[in-house]
Amino acid sequence: MRDLYEAQRAMRQARRAAMARGVLAVLDIGTSKVTCIVLQFDGPGQFRESDGVGPMAGQSSFRVIGQFTTQSRGVRYGEIETMAETEHCVRHAVQGAQKQAGVRVDHVIATISGARPASYGLAGEIALRSGKVTEEDVAAALAACEVPDFGRNRDVLHAQPVNFAVDARSGLSDPRDIVGDRLAVDMHVLTIDGFAASNLVQCVQRCDLELAGVGSAAYAAGRAALVEDEQELGAACVDMGGGVTGVSLFLKKHMLFADAVRMGGDLVTRDISAGLRVPLATAEWLKTRHGGLEATNRDDREMIDVTPERDEHWDGERRTVSRADLIGIMRPRVEEILDGVREVLEVAGFDQMPSRQVVLTGGASQIPGLDGLAMRILGQNVRIGRPLRIHGLAQQHTAPCHAATVGLALHAANPQDEWWDFEMPVERAGVVGLRRAYRWFRNNW
Amino acid sequence: MSGLKHLTAAFSAAAPPAPARRPGARPPPAARTARREPGPSRLAYRLNRLWLTPFYRRLLRIGLPLLLVAAVTGLWLSDETRRANLTGGVAALVENIQSREAFMVRKMEIEGASPAVDRALRAMLPVNLPASSFDIELRDLRQAVERLDAIEKVEFRIRPGGILSAVVVEREPAILWRHARGLDLLDAQGHRVASVTSREVRRDLPLIAGEGAARHTGEALALIDAAGPILPRLRGLERVGERRWDVVLDRGQRIMLPTERPLPALRRALAMDREDALLARDVTVIDLRDPSRPVLRMGLAAQNTLRRAAGLPEIDADGNLIEPEEGGAKTAAAGNAARRGG
Repeated sequence: MRDLYEAQRAMRQARRAAMARGVLAVLDIGTSKVTCIVLQFDGPGQFRESDGVGPMAGQSSFRVIGQFTTQSRGVRYGEIETMAETEHCVRHAVQGAQKQAGVRVDHVIATISGARPASYGLAGEIALRSGKVTEEDVAAALAACEVPDFGRNRDVLHAQPVNFAVDARSGLSDPRDIVGDRLAVDMHVLTIDGFAASNLVQCVQRCDLELAGVGSAAYAAGRAALVEDEQELGAACVDMGGGVTGVSLFLKKHMLFADAVRMGGDLVTRDISAGLRVPLATAEWLKTRHGGLEATNRDDREMIDVTPERDEHWDGERRTVSRADLIGIMRPRVEEILDGVREVLEVAGFDQMPSRQVVLTGGASQIPGLDGLAMRILGQNVRIGRPLRIHGLAQQHTAPCHAATVGLALHAANPQDEWWDFEMPVERAGVVGLRRAYRWFRNNW
Repeated sequence: MSGLKHLTAAFSAAAPPAPARRPGARPPPAARTARREPGPSRLAYRLNRLWLTPFYRRLLRIGLPLLLVAAVTGLWLSDETRRANLTGGVAALVENIQSREAFMVRKMEIEGASPAVDRALRAMLPVNLPASSFDIELRDLRQAVERLDAIEKVEFRIRPGGILSAVVVEREPAILWRHARGLDLLDAQGHRVASVTSREVRRDLPLIAGEGAARHTGEALALIDAAGPILPRLRGLERVGERRWDVVLDRGQRIMLPTERPLPALRRALAMDREDALLARDVTVIDLRDPSRPVLRMGLAAQNTLRRAAGLPEIDADGNLIEPEEGGAKTAAAGNAARRGG
C-alpha cells in the first residue's frame, strides 16, 4: 500500500506541476478510439463577475486548446494488449492534439476503463485527541481503515473518503474543526488489475509523457454525464464503451461503487459481422448508420445494400440485408449487455438508493431506441446522457462517446480528495524517530 | 409447368451459355497495397515534440539562419583578395561621394578679424582648399581656434557655393598688466589678449601690476572707474601680496586699500581729498587698510614743518635728526626709532 501511496502522490505532484505550467493533456485510451485533448489552465480571473460566469466547479478555469481522436488498435476490453500498436495510436492522438494546440504537452492524465475493477467500502474510526477534528485526524482515520485482502497484484485506483461521522453525526462531507470524541470515515476504494495499470504507465512513458494521474473511465463518465442533482441524490452512470461497459454509482457527489461488464459495442459489431457475413468495417457502418433496437413493419422492407467494394473479393453478387435482420442481431446482444449491467447494479445495491436514476452514456448509447430497451431492463428512470459542455471543446467531441474524456478533464481541474491527498500519519512515515523525539522533547521540557 | 419449360427454352435460346473456363484461369485478385497505419513514427513524434519546444523552435528559426549567414560571410571574407576588394570598393565609393562638386569648399571668408588673426586662422585650417567638406571637422576646428588668446568666439559655417565662413569675435584689450615676465594686454575678464613690448604701445589703457592681478581685473577696472578726479594723476594699480590693491599716483603718493570692500575705501579717500585737498599736500601714503582707522604718512617737508613748529630738531630723508650737535642727534634718532617701532 505504501508504494502505491508514494506513486499516487508523485502523480499528484506531476499534476500540480502541469497546472503550474498551464498545460495538461487528457488521454482516453479506449477499446475503439483514442482521444487526446489538451487543456489550458488560465487560472481564475478569465471571466469577470459581470460575465455571469461563476466558478462552475472549476470548469471556468480551463479551456480546450487541442483535441484529436483516432482509431484505437491493440486494446481489448479496455486493456492494452499490443503495446506497440497502442503506443502508435497514442502518439498519433497526442501529436494531433499538440499540433492543434501549438504547444508541447508533457503531462497526461489517462483513463483506464477495463482491467477488472473491484469496489470496496472501508470503514475506519479513531479517537480524537484534541477534542476536535484536525487534518491529521482525518489522515489518521483514513489510515485506520481496515484494508481487506485485495487479491494478488491489485492496484488501488481511487480511494476516496465518501462519508465522515463525528460521534453520532453522520453524513459530514468536511469534518474539519468539528468538535467530538470519535471520528469515523467511510472510504470507497476501487482496485484494478496491476498489470493493466502497469501497461498503461508503460505505454504513456514510451510516448515521452509523464503520467499526472489515472482515473477510472466509469467514474469520469459519471462526473461528466450526471448533472449535479443526480450526483447528489443518487444515480448510476452506465458508460457503454466499445469493449467494456462501465457502471458507477454516485450518491452525495461521491462515487460509491464502480464495476465493469466486459461487453460492449464491439461485440455488437462482431455479431453483425458474423451474422450477416460482412466485413467488420461494413458491420460497424451498418451498426452506426442503420442500427436500431426496436423493429417496426417498415424495417422489413428497408433493404440495405451491403455489396462489398469492387476491388475486394467481389464475386459479382449484390447483397442486401433488411434493417429488421440487423435489429434482430443487435437487440439480443444489447439486451445481454444491459442484463449484465442490471446484475452489477443489483450487486451494488442500487435498489436501496433513494433515487434510482440511470444515465446511459458512452459510444454505444447512441443506438436508436436504447432508452426504450433500457427502461424495460434497468427501471423507469433512464435517460441518455451527454457530457457536460466545456469551454473550447469541438462539436464532434461533445458526443456521448467522449464522456469519459470530458469527465477526466473536470477531474483534472477539480479533483476529489483522495486518501493520498492527506499527509500520511507520522506513525507510517519514515521520519518517525525524529518526529517522536521532537514531540517528546516538546512535551517534557 | 409447361409455361416454365417454355420460358426456359426461350432463355436458353436468347442467352448463349457462358464459355467454359479453364480451372485456374480466373484472374488473381489484385494485390492490395498494405494500408499504412496512421500516426507518426517514433522519430517523427519526437521531432515534432522538439519542434513544439519554444527553445528549439527559436534556435531553428533564428539561430540557424543567423549561423548560415555568418558562415557564408565568413567563408567569403576569409580570402585576402576579396577582403581588400571589398574595403577598396567601399572606400572608393565613399571617396566618390565625398568629392562631389556639391560638397567642395573652395574659399574661406573671415569676418571681424584683424589681419594678424586672419592670417592665423587661415594657417590653422587643416586642409588645403579646395577640399571636401567631409574633411573639415568644423567643431574640432572651432575648438582649436578658440584656444587662441586673441579670439573670444568664432563661428564656422559652410555656406552654399563652397564658402567656409568664419565669424570671429576678438577679445577687446581693456587693461595692461605688468608682471615679472613682461607686459600683457588683458580683456575685461582678465583673459590674456596679447603681449606688448612697452607701455607706450597702448597709452590709453590703464595699468595694473603685481602677481595675481589678472584674476581681479574686474575689481581693478571698477576702482579705476571710481578714481575719476584723480585719474590724471593715476599711474596704476598694484596688487600687493596677491591680496589687496594699492592705488599709485604720481609724486610718489599711494593709497593703500583694504582686502575687503576696496571701492568704498577709495571713495572715502577721494572724499577726504575733496574736503581737505589731502592729495595736494605733502602726504606720501593714505593707509586705509583698516577702514575704521585711516592713517596718513606725511612727507619729509611736512614733518619738518611740524617739528619746527614744535621746537624739535628736523630730520633728514633717512629719519636721522639734523642737529647742530652730533651727539644730540644720535640720541634723538634712537628715540625716534623707538617711537616708530611702538
